[in-house]
Amino acid sequence: MKIDIQDHMLVPKHEIMTEEEISEEFSDVDYEFKDLPKIRANDPVVEAIGAEPGNVLRITRESQTAGVFVTYRIVEG
Amino acid sequence: MTHYIKKIEQINFGLMSPEDIRKMSVVTVEYPDTYGDDGFPIEKGLMDPRLGIIDPSLVCRTCGFKGGDCQGHFGSIELARPVIHVGFGDVIHKILRSTCNDCGRILLNDEQIEYFEEKIHEAMDNKESISAILKEVYKAAKRELKTMPEDDEEVDMKHCCPHCGAPQEVISLDKPVTIRQGDYKLTPSEVRERLERITDEDAYILGVNSEVARPEWLVLTVLPVPPVTVRPSITLDTGERSEDDLTHKLVDILRINQRLLENMEAGAPQLIVEDLWELLQYHVTTYFDNEASGVPPARHRSGRPLKTLTQRLKGKEGRFRSNLSGKRVNFSARTVISPDPNISINEVGVPEMIAKEVTVPVYVNEWNIDEIRTYIENGPDVHPGANYVKNGNTKRRVTEETKEFILEQLEPGFIVERHLKDGDMVLFNRQPSLHRMSMMAHEVRVLPYKTFRLNLCVCPPYNADFDGDEMNMHVFQTDESRAEAKSLMRVQEHILSPRFGGPIIGAIHDHISGAYLLTRDGVEFTEEEALQIIRKSHLAIPPFKSNQWVLKYDPEASEESFIYKDKGDKWTGKELFSLLLPNDLNLSYSAEISKCPVVYPAEDATVVIKNGILEQGVIDESAYGSFSGKILDKIVKEYGPGRAKEFLDRSTDLAICGIMKTGITTSLNDEEIPEEAQARINEHLDKKMEEVDMLVQSYEEGYLQALPGRSLEETLEMKIMQVLGEARDMSGSIAENYLTMGKQSEDDPYDHVMAVENHSVVMARTGARASMLNLTQITACVGQQAVRGGRIERGYLNRTLPHFKKGELGAKAKGFVHSSYKSGLDPIEFFFHAMGGREGLVDTAIRTAQSGYMQRRLVNALQDLQVKSSGLVTDNQGNVIQTMFGEDGVDPAKSDFGKPADLNKLIDEIKLEMEMEGK
Repeated sequence: MKIDIQDHMLVPKHEIMTEEEISEEFSDVDYEFKDLPKIRANDPVVEAIGAEPGNVLRITRESQTAGVFVTYRIVEG
Repeated sequence: MTHYIKKIEQINFGLMSPEDIRKMSVVTVEYPDTYGDDGFPIEKGLMDPRLGIIDPSLVCRTCGFKGGDCQGHFGSIELARPVIHVGFGDVIHKILRSTCNDCGRILLNDEQIEYFEEKIHEAMDNKESISAILKEVYKAAKRELKTMPEDDEEVDMKHCCPHCGAPQEVISLDKPVTIRQGDYKLTPSEVRERLERITDEDAYILGVNSEVARPEWLVLTVLPVPPVTVRPSITLDTGERSEDDLTHKLVDILRINQRLLENMEAGAPQLIVEDLWELLQYHVTTYFDNEASGVPPARHRSGRPLKTLTQRLKGKEGRFRSNLSGKRVNFSARTVISPDPNISINEVGVPEMIAKEVTVPVYVNEWNIDEIRTYIENGPDVHPGANYVKNGNTKRRVTEETKEFILEQLEPGFIVERHLKDGDMVLFNRQPSLHRMSMMAHEVRVLPYKTFRLNLCVCPPYNADFDGDEMNMHVFQTDESRAEAKSLMRVQEHILSPRFGGPIIGAIHDHISGAYLLTRDGVEFTEEEALQIIRKSHLAIPPFKSNQWVLKYDPEASEESFIYKDKGDKWTGKELFSLLLPNDLNLSYSAEISKCPVVYPAEDATVVIKNGILEQGVIDESAYGSFSGKILDKIVKEYGPGRAKEFLDRSTDLAICGIMKTGITTSLNDEEIPEEAQARINEHLDKKMEEVDMLVQSYEEGYLQALPGRSLEETLEMKIMQVLGEARDMSGSIAENYLTMGKQSEDDPYDHVMAVENHSVVMARTGARASMLNLTQITACVGQQAVRGGRIERGYLNRTLPHFKKGELGAKAKGFVHSSYKSGLDPIEFFFHAMGGREGLVDTAIRTAQSGYMQRRLVNALQDLQVKSSGLVTDNQGNVIQTMFGEDGVDPAKSDFGKPADLNKLIDEIKLEMEMEGK
């Protein structure tokens, strides 16, 4: 039996962003793409959602201070 | 000196070859003398002018620079015989032990050589440490025979060289520099010969890279002589010259070297030559390290051990820790601190002695020239004076003699270093500087005596007390630094802590109990007393209009909103306190004393402030205490730091006046309870002890039920701990009923023991100092002592002390203290108490060290993160750390105790305001 790690309470929601989403959500940021935090291509979550190196992941997690916080990671190639 | 910009491309660590030493040497030193009879340095002596010069009037013969710019040049000594370098004794030993005594090859077979070579190559390519591999190499290559075999004796191959088959005898090191093969002592020459035989390939496996070093360079044949700038001689007042310790040592080396050379040339007997050789080895050894074990330290004529090369670098006073890592500053001062409630929180009392020593540079201009004239006239010894006057490149000290001349010359453009005076900005600091509030800018107040004085409200941010603490003061030297400090580092800018979004600077101790004693219900003053208090606490006297005092006066509001007080009426403490509240302040919260079981009158527990009038409630820790003050918090956040500073200054003044009206005192009588109470406590404790005995009995008889996930023993321990905890709490709360602050209710007969005012309880309940736990431990019962979070287990086999049976589980046998501090502990209780107390001490000692290191690592990891105006957090490489700082983008210092806004508080305030409008 294989357990889907995304169902685990400690794993926040990871989604692969589409091109449109990227251009929409990153239209007015003051940093470059390559400066985003990285995530390993062999990270269990990356493998579970089938992300490829170069993909940008949107991570939605609960935050103590902000309630819900959205952050991004780029898959390391 | 011409300056070049040079960029360091790489640094190579290796050994210096004899050729390197000769190449950089500008003179071969031969004579053990420094200066001749004519007073000039001797050619080829230790002070040869080619080694560099110090005198700025001379030009260096080697580099052509003037003294001071010439950085000095190395010379060399040709040693008559080679000598082992102390630092490398064990390296040489390890290498010799791993190589053949006969052919000089490494004592590994070809397979092993290939294996290790590859391993080292790989580690080098990956920039990994090779020390672990080298350790392995030396272990594998070590093969030693205890005794040298007879000629015809068969020798085990594991003791022979894999290359030439020669048997290998023990090589031992006699620390620090004597190397023996069996019983024979190898001379440094023999050692060097053996090291020379090692091939470059073998040396590589032994950890010696032939590109930067050869094994034989570990044995010295030429000794570098450091330039005179490294070992300057001192001319004493008597005109006598005193040489540096290094020069002394070099003289010793040269003297022996020369004698050795002469003896060798004269064909002296081997024994004499060897003795001299050993002496030369001794001198060279102590020249490098005068604290090497096994070598008696070389001493000065006075008997003081010489400070040679190693001693210059090593330890706390060495070059690294003292001169390179340690930085010292001018214009700073340090002395003991003491309290002064009469100065403002943003002031610091500076002793006159210090004020006259540390100075502020002032540019003279036509508007301040007259003022500065008076400083110069005062000179360096009268307080607002001046120490130095600078004009371009000339700097003159102000003295009685130079005064007149300087005053004549003085004109705009000069810089005068004048004494510190009232109102100057200085930086004040207490170590350890753990957060930004440990360094704050204060205004100077020059005061008599010799201690720094500080307001008590700034004790919490510095974590200072007055049991001998010392603090440092730094004086700003430029207008830029002063301006920057004034806007960023002033005390009032730091009232709110970025740690928890509340005030860290606030009232402590007597300020809190004083405010309570002043604002309690029923505290009244005659008009005269009230006005005295107002004056004494530097408050403005309220306006007096048509025979009425106007308590709240707002020129913009209508006349109706004014609050009047008839002349001759008594003033309450609450009215006095209202004078320092902003006119439009509306606030409601529960006072610290609301935590009491009974508050009389009950309204005092809830504070209500309407339009700046304290309508009900008392002022205590939650009003303006450090870390928790609600009123203070609101004033900083809504009226700004300046107003908050004023509020703190005035309210502490007022609290002191309040405390002086009532007086505050404490004695053991404050912890007195009536006998019936004591009896109740004892009865209660006895009942709980019985309960514990019941538990133990049920455990022993086997009908105790184990709790899920715990063993029977753990269950019993938990239950006993719980019962004992209840026992202490109950005895405490019985005592608390008698430890009251005075009248408890309308029909309080006011005649039991505690009827009179109890200041210990006042301090505990208002949050000024101590807690009710402290008081009940004194009065009722100290309670369970703990070591490692549980009851006391250690001591003898299966018992804590020999007074108990083995395996005894009762309360008393495991550290429960029935007695109170006041009644005194019995010897067994005392012993257990000491055990618990010691654990507390050890814990704090360890915790400070641990958390200090933790903080250091955290600071190093986070120190160059920056927050952009968009809220983006990046490191210095531009990597994104957070897209919004703290995920919510809230500056904790500007937040409401960590939250962006406290809705409950806001609603309460709006309710109050609506109520006011309705009225």
